[in-house]
Amino acid sequence: MRLKGLLIGAMLGAMAGTPALAPAALAQDGIYVPLFSYRTGPFAGSGIPIANGMSDYLNMLNARDGGIGGVRLIVEECETGYDTKKGVECYESTKSKKPVVTNPYSTGITLQLIPKAAVDKIPVLSMAYGLSASADGERFPWVFNPPATYWDGLSMIMKYIAGKEGGFDKLKGKTIGYIFFDGGYGREPIPLLEQFAKTYGFDTKLYPVPAAEMQNQSAQWLSVRRDRPNYMIMWGWGAMNPTAVREAARTNFPMDRFLGVWWSGGEDDARPAGEGAKGYLTLNFHGVGADYPAIQDIVKHVIGKNSQTPRDKVGENLYNRGVYNSVLIAEAIRTAQQITGKKLVTGEDVRRGLESLTITEARWKEIGLPGFAAPITNVSCTDHNGHHAAYMQQWDGQKWVKVSDWITPMKEQVRPLLEAAAKDYVEKNTGWPKRTEACDKRS
Amino acid sequence: MDLLYKIFLDPFVQMGAAPDLLLQTLWEGLVGGVLYALIALGFVLIFKASGVFNFAQGIMVVFAGLTLVGLFGVISGLGNVNEHVAAFAALGLTVGVMFVLAVGIERLVLRPLVNQPDIILFMATFGLTYVLIGVGELIFGGEPKVMITGELFLPRGSTDWEVFGGFVSFQHIDLAAAIIASLMVAGLAVFFSKTRIGRALRAVADSHKAALSVGISLEQIWVIVWFASGLVALVTGIMWAARSDVSFALQIIALRALPVLILGGFTSIPGAIVGGLIIGVGEKLGEFYWGPLLGGGIESWLAYFIALVFLLFRPQGLFGEKIIERV
Repeated sequence: MRLKGLLIGAMLGAMAGTPALAPAALAQDGIYVPLFSYRTGPFAGSGIPIANGMSDYLNMLNARDGGIGGVRLIVEECETGYDTKKGVECYESTKSKKPVVTNPYSTGITLQLIPKAAVDKIPVLSMAYGLSASADGERFPWVFNPPATYWDGLSMIMKYIAGKEGGFDKLKGKTIGYIFFDGGYGREPIPLLEQFAKTYGFDTKLYPVPAAEMQNQSAQWLSVRRDRPNYMIMWGWGAMNPTAVREAARTNFPMDRFLGVWWSGGEDDARPAGEGAKGYLTLNFHGVGADYPAIQDIVKHVIGKNSQTPRDKVGENLYNRGVYNSVLIAEAIRTAQQITGKKLVTGEDVRRGLESLTITEARWKEIGLPGFAAPITNVSCTDHNGHHAAYMQQWDGQKWVKVSDWITPMKEQVRPLLEAAAKDYVEKNTGWPKRTEACDKRS
Repeated sequence: MDLLYKIFLDPFVQMGAAPDLLLQTLWEGLVGGVLYALIALGFVLIFKASGVFNFAQGIMVVFAGLTLVGLFGVISGLGNVNEHVAAFAALGLTVGVMFVLAVGIERLVLRPLVNQPDIILFMATFGLTYVLIGVGELIFGGEPKVMITGELFLPRGSTDWEVFGGFVSFQHIDLAAAIIASLMVAGLAVFFSKTRIGRALRAVADSHKAALSVGISLEQIWVIVWFASGLVALVTGIMWAARSDVSFALQIIALRALPVLILGGFTSIPGAIVGGLIIGVGEKLGEFYWGPLLGGGIESWLAYFIALVFLLFRPQGLFGEKIIERV
């Protein structure tokens, strides 16, 4: 009996700790694209719509076009629960199936996979997340983070704030608060924020939110009430976002001075706070809504057939984020096919495809997403990010509304810091390999 | 010297300079503390009756909250049903679900493990946690849900009390949480101290064998305490989720009851209440006044620190029984 109890406990414990792979065919006759997702756990609220958008777009390409260049995509999700350990297990369990690209969908997981990418010849696509410094293609030839780094995001937010105040010189003497998820993701922009504070003479206040306190932020917002910052910037994720928006409303913080990065802008981040969320701002780098031909194709070919997405969730912000991510994957594969002349491309080919990735305005239109996002034109061998523009959106109580033009990042400030950080990373990781990969697209 | 000033003097200077903020911090701490006390109470009830540390208490909070919101959605979707009727029908049904869960746990988990070492029962509640997570995600999905509040006539909005040249803001939902939690705690305290079942529970807590010998049904007591614990989980779920959302992230908060239990003792209902309040207020004061010195975000470990400091002086906790075993 005792043994039985222990066995049951051990089995259940083991079940809880094992990453779950959705069934898929082996990568023999198709292009294998694993998608690391999190439909369970504390971050599922953010993870589910993104996973839906990513899967649906790729499945739509299979249903509508028979894949890419006539080759079917083998799409397989691996459940990480946003847990770094499970993410690495997902990577190890999918590696043997010859993935052409890895999508970690977590900065913590990305940081673990960066050293593995060059060894296993599988490029890492950490779309607008991960290690900002990995934009340095000379030092990180296997890692890509377009369309913009976290540092770009912060610089765009600062530009927006400066615009509201009448110029960067008007920031002198102001206080800018930064509430962030207390992990690799949230800490990423702090060096740049401190640099900006020094340059422009404003004061910063940091409000870390540990994972265990995501839904218990009253102490942080009491501190906000005490410190009275002129603006609040948020780097939140999962349950942290809606809680922060509610607490900001409860504290009567002016919502049009509360600005989030692009990962803090889901509909379900703002909606639960009701009227109190009105005015809350976040960055975004793609369109919201389902009125795009490609998304209508998803509805036609995938929704209700080969999808977990409820019809009314199609086109929401984080759903479209997933679509955007998959567009990058698909275009990189297509580019790889064009460069190599092969249909069945490998990870090494797709690395070249990512390095030559170009999505012009005309191309966005051609793929059924006219005006969906800023053209991707700056990715190159040296620049794996491109530092593309984003815009500010505002919650009107019901939906996100675009309230700014495209804001370009302060590349001249970001890039030197980023290269210094990349150099520092390489120096700290003794034996980091020098780039040997040839270059198809010089910047 | 500057550091010593920042640690030992500056926080008190701040308290004196902005007493409204001090009051606000104390209030937020008390509200948080009441909710911690409720969670701790769920642990204490089961520990008293069976000596089991119920690791599943946190997920029971989430499960109860999700069931309520899910059933409300189903009933509202039936057609022309008044939202308040739907909410209270969902509440009643959720109570029923928690009862079925209690019976199920007693039959399928506890009864087969009777007389096994406590660690086996603890492992079983660990397993139960993951079963409830899995079943919960299967039925309700992983997305956070908005808790029904207005539908249950729970108040919204806030009242500002102008004081000391500033103000203290009282969220009506927090006031309701404090009142409901206090009533619930008082009700449970009376139930378990004044009724026959309560006395039976105390007998079971003292000795399973002695209780069995005088005709007390262990099975019945276990169902009752797991059901009571389920009700506490439901109230906690409603109140906490009203401040944020019902999501699986909420189960982490239940672990905040651990320092409350260390402080208050695993067998004491007053200990759970006083411990909850001390931890709630202590962590808020610590985070607010001393947190910036350490880079902020100290709340999650400060509670344990407070509990450990108490243990230095009272190893049995505030109200726990001092056990002296002679060898």
